[in-house]
Amino acid sequence: MMQRYRTALIVLPVLVILALLPLGVGGYILGLLTLGYYYAVFSMSWDLLFGFAGEVNFGPSFLIGVGAYAAALLNHYWEWPIPLCLAVGAVAAVLAGVALAVPALRLTGPYFGLVTLVAVLLLQNVLVLFAGVTGGEIGLDLPDVLSIDANTNYYYALVFMVISGGILFGLSRSPVGLILQASGQDAIEASALGFNVAKHKLTAFCISAFFSGLSGAMLVFYLGTASVGTVVDIAVGVNVIIAAVLGGRRTIIGAAVGAVFLIGAGEILRPLGQLSTFVVAAVALVVILFFPGGFMGRLLHAEGRE
Amino acid sequence: MLALQILIDGFAISSLYALGATGFTLIFGVSGVLNLSHGAIMVVAAVIAWWVAEAFNTGPYLGAMAGVLASLACAFVTYRVIVRPIQDSRAIPREEKEIFVLTSTLLWGIMLQEAIAYLFTSNPKTVRPLIEGVVPILGVRTPLNEVLTAALSWAAIGLLYLLVNRTRTGKSLLAASMNPRGLTLLGFELSRIYVLVWAIYGVLAGIAGVLLGAFLGVSSDNAGLLTASAFSIVVLGGLGSVSGSLIAAYVVGYLETMTAYLVSPSIRTVPVLLLLVAVVYVRPQGLLGRR
Repeated sequence: MMQRYRTALIVLPVLVILALLPLGVGGYILGLLTLGYYYAVFSMSWDLLFGFAGEVNFGPSFLIGVGAYAAALLNHYWEWPIPLCLAVGAVAAVLAGVALAVPALRLTGPYFGLVTLVAVLLLQNVLVLFAGVTGGEIGLDLPDVLSIDANTNYYYALVFMVISGGILFGLSRSPVGLILQASGQDAIEASALGFNVAKHKLTAFCISAFFSGLSGAMLVFYLGTASVGTVVDIAVGVNVIIAAVLGGRRTIIGAAVGAVFLIGAGEILRPLGQLSTFVVAAVALVVILFFPGGFMGRLLHAEGRE
Repeated sequence: MLALQILIDGFAISSLYALGATGFTLIFGVSGVLNLSHGAIMVVAAVIAWWVAEAFNTGPYLGAMAGVLASLACAFVTYRVIVRPIQDSRAIPREEKEIFVLTSTLLWGIMLQEAIAYLFTSNPKTVRPLIEGVVPILGVRTPLNEVLTAALSWAAIGLLYLLVNRTRTGKSLLAASMNPRGLTLLGFELSRIYVLVWAIYGVLAGIAGVLLGAFLGVSSDNAGLLTASAFSIVVLGGLGSVSGSLIAAYVVGYLETMTAYLVSPSIRTVPVLLLLVAVVYVRPQGLLGRR
């Protein structure tokens, strides 16, 4: 209870500041943060699956990509309204997630990781092969966008992140989250205690897929275009994972902090040109090696687990 | 004619895959580490070999040696600076060490890749082959370099086999992969064995990288794909099983070559990915893996 109280004490003021930001900050920074918030949802979804269910999903961008492209294709070819596209995108990601998870959850550790990685590669290949329909490497432009106003876009992203983050965080602190955590740490003992490990992990996967897909769909409507490089590429998935580990795994909030940090750092270091990715990777590596709890690990788990 | 061409090209590329994957699976088998900077280390070897040979005009042999040395150095840093501290760390719970090793070797790979791209640009580079010329094999004009690639790959794998099975040091490697605790009880220093494995790995990855650079050319953008292909081959063959990896390398090499020649080069990796998913579902431990 103390811990929940402290978390709220840290999070609420930050949210108030974020909500007031458009009053004092230019469109450029708002645009950057908007992107960061969508990434934050990707990372938080990933953290639910890894941090709690203990499954290393190397293919977050499979779920993101399915959601993004399902929404983008519907909007591009049939001009469905945006809310409907978003809903279908999220549902499509869940279905794809179930199709991937039901067989894949029989596997553990590196095998599960590889299958999720292969799913991304296959999706990428399919999108490029059917370039006539999907736009391939160049991308698919969308007739509709969320908004052309930077402030409105910023609030859409912020509200979306807060709601998703709230649900994911709540879940992770709920009994379901505890069962997930137990299954992740010792699946045999958890099932011996009578919990259906497979069912809980599948639920976690579906929830993770839902938010990843929805956020991917929102992202393409923010950018106005869906392309392999922005929502499917392995580099996207790598960033999501790095953000979650950097911010502190098993904290959900840390994942969001890590994602915004990564996007921001990439932009601040842009003058370095090609070296910027190098520096970001180096910083992330140093944090992981010397502060394995990540940014938020310290703040949220101050009493320590050991 | 086409069949022969596929047979020969497929053999060369498969041998190279086999060599690349052997080091990767060795590390996993002995120390349980999946090194996701594998592709980047191969790229470093190829690019350094290219750079030394071109910039100092040393000829291909010295260049190749420099490439292998660079790879050895990278492997050593990977172990000393990244893998070892994580394995020894008390702040990281045991069940999470795997994800930490994966994430940090991934980051290290990205650093290597970006450093290469920054210093030498990301344009593809072709290492000058050790021997030039063409030789007809059963009527197919084959570059001598392709023959050499296959021969050197197999020579390196053969030497590794001898080392592991015929020498005392090699046998201690084997023992470490089976029962590390038992080995320490017998008075062997595990950390020295790990250093040795990483050194062997560095040399193997270096040779594979240089040969790849001479055979197909290498760009820093390939690093991720090289890691992914080594990872797939190793899982297909069974994690930690060297002979499984060798077979898997040939399955993958031939499947890719056949797809490229008979269907279209643009989908050359797709059948492999599908096969991989199928095998992992039916037989998660891979072709020859033990659990």
